[in-house]
Amino acid sequence: MLLITCPWCGPRDETEYHYGGQAHVPYPETPADLTDEQWAAYVFYRDNPKGPFAERWMHSIGCRRWFNVLRDTATHEVLTSYRLDEPRPELPQAGGNR
Amino acid sequence: MAEPMTEAGPVALRTSPLAHLEERMRAAAVPGARGVTLTERPFLTMVNLRVGPGSEAADRIEHTLGARLPRRCGDTTSAGPHTVVWLGPDEWLVLSSAEGAVLTAELRAALGPAPGSAVDVSANRTTLELSGPSSRQVLEKGCPLDLHPRALGPGRAVSTTVGPVAVLLWQVDDAPTYRLFPRSSFADYLGRWLIDAMEEFRGPEVP
Repeated sequence: MLLITCPWCGPRDETEYHYGGQAHVPYPETPADLTDEQWAAYVFYRDNPKGPFAERWMHSIGCRRWFNVLRDTATHEVLTSYRLDEPRPELPQAGGNR
Repeated sequence: MAEPMTEAGPVALRTSPLAHLEERMRAAAVPGARGVTLTERPFLTMVNLRVGPGSEAADRIEHTLGARLPRRCGDTTSAGPHTVVWLGPDEWLVLSSAEGAVLTAELRAALGPAPGSAVDVSANRTTLELSGPSSRQVLEKGCPLDLHPRALGPGRAVSTTVGPVAVLLWQVDDAPTYRLFPRSSFADYLGRWLIDAMEEFRGPEVP
C-alpha cells in the first residue's frame, strides 16, 4: 500500500486515489498535422524508467483534484507530490523521464 | 424543485433511504461503557458550492452564510443553522437545517454572475449518526484514516471511506459522535455494515 500525499488533503492511503499514467505529456500543438506514427507515439508510447517517474494521480475519494507524484518505480517509494501548476521538482538523481 | 415544498406535498410523502433499517439500527444500540448507537438523521439540507476561494463572490457568500468558507482540508465553520464543510480547494458542502430551495436561491443570488455554482444536493446523501464510547473503534474497522484525537477532533470533516463506501466523515463532538454522509444508494450497505461492526461491543472485551 502506497501512502501518497495529496497537495490539498495530506497523506492518504493509495485506495483513495486513481492512477493517471505518465505526467508531463504535452498535447500536440497541431494535432491535425501529425502523421499516424507521431499520433501513435503521443497516444500509446510512454516512458518506462527504472527509478524516479513523474505520474499523474487523482484523489478520487477526497478532493477530486489531479496532481503529480514523483515515484520510484523500482522501490515504490513516493518521493514527492506537487500540483499541476508547479514544475517537476529537481531530484538529486533525476532522470528516466522527459 | 420548481414546485413549492409544502407539508401536504412531497415533503410528507418522501421516504428516507434508511427508513427500512430504522428498527434494526435501534435494536443494534449497545448501552454502557462500551456503548455505541446508530441513528439516521434524514432530510438534512445540503448545498454543493463552487466558487473561487478569496474572490469577491466568495466574500458575498461568506456574508450571506455568516460563516467563513474553510480554506484547508478537514476544517469546518458554522453559523446559525449552517455548517460549511471543505470538499476541495474551490468546493464546499453547506449542511443546513434551513429550507433547501431558499438557501440555494440565496447562495445563487450572492454568487451573482461570477464563475461557480450552488446546487441543492440534499437527496444525494443521507446522514448516519454514530455515537458513543466505542464509535471510534467501530469506524476503525474499516476506515483508513487516523481517527485518534491527535489527528481528528470535534469540528473536523473529511472525505474518506468506511468499508468500501465513500463517505464524508464529520466528527461532531467528543463523545465521540460522528456523522457519516454516504450516497443514498450506498446507505443501506453502510447501515448494515455498521450494525454488524457494532455487534461485538455488546459482549465483554476480548483480551
